Amino acid sequence: MSALLVDIVLWGSVLGVGLLTFMRGKPVFQAAMKQGVGDFINIAPRVGIGVIGAGFIAAIIPPEFIISSLGPDTGWFGVLMATIAGAATPGGPVIGFSLGAVALKSGAGAPQVMAYVVAWALFAFQRMILWEIPFMPARFVWFRAAVSLPFPFLAAALSMLSGKP
Amino acid sequence: MSNPAAPKLNPPDDDVPAGARPKKRKPVQWSFVFILVLVAVSVALVWRRDGTQGVITIFMSDVWLFAEILPRVLAGCLLGGFIAAVLPHDRVSKSLGPHSGLKGLLIGAAFGAILPGGPFTAYPVASALLAVGADFGATIAMVVSWTLIGYGRAISWELPIMGTEFTLWRIVISLPMPILAGVLGRFVYVRVKERFEL
Repeated sequence: MSALLVDIVLWGSVLGVGLLTFMRGKPVFQAAMKQGVGDFINIAPRVGIGVIGAGFIAAIIPPEFIISSLGPDTGWFGVLMATIAGAATPGGPVIGFSLGAVALKSGAGAPQVMAYVVAWALFAFQRMILWEIPFMPARFVWFRAAVSLPFPFLAAALSMLSGKP
Repeated sequence: MSNPAAPKLNPPDDDVPAGARPKKRKPVQWSFVFILVLVAVSVALVWRRDGTQGVITIFMSDVWLFAEILPRVLAGCLLGGFIAAVLPHDRVSKSLGPHSGLKGLLIGAAFGAILPGGPFTAYPVASALLAVGADFGATIAMVVSWTLIGYGRAISWELPIMGTEFTLWRIVISLPMPILAGVLGRFVYVRVKERFEL
């Protein structure tokens, strides 16, 4: 159901912006179509390798690793482990958030879970190899990842300082 | 779109054999090689653990997944192409370019927070913005804002699974991060650009 909704929004936006492009004149529209299709031909194989690769990488990451990294370990070592676990968590948002919720209930520190969720949002390997690397210039991706490195730690620090949540 | 910032003088090099690519494409190749090596090692480990049957099972389910998302990849690419054609280049480079200041980063972050859809819209749109004159800083602010503050994922998944209190505090704590990432991105980019010929 939600997948259908996503597809409706997605193709609706394509149609809407496509129409806007068409109103700029046929040559503009044709050039944009050519660009889009060319990108698709260029990007699809990379997404393919990303999808298939991510499946195999996910298969060799032991689930115990993610769960044990989010144990009741307190302090900065726990934050570091949570950050690594966030980047290494395979699958979509359901898996990421569920692991975080389980960890929170079974006694993991809130700052560590905070770092885990932020690290997952920023570095989840599956999203990076499936989407970000094929679609964006590679140097942008590495650059973006590099400047984002401090943020899981910053999130944990802010959570420790404020005592929230 | 895959390398929008490449100099326009370069001929389209999609059909050039891998070994003969111009120097500018090197970073792309390296990340590709990196992923291929990672995948090869993973396949070998799966094979050692589960045998050929295990490898085939994973491969088949991933091929299906790929077939499922392929239409979305196409939609994302078309969206990126159209957006790049519709957006006025001069205005984008003025409001999101290297000299757009804090305002440019704020615009980028706000845009990332309200952007609908998933990764198949966010990354093509970000790439289109780069192509029409946004700088790394504003685009980083947009992408980071989309992953951290974007309402879609928070409402559909984080709120029900993690609870209201955690989600709200997580978002409050994350609020400054897109801007910080953009500032850091700009600051580092100008200093690194020359040295590494980015």
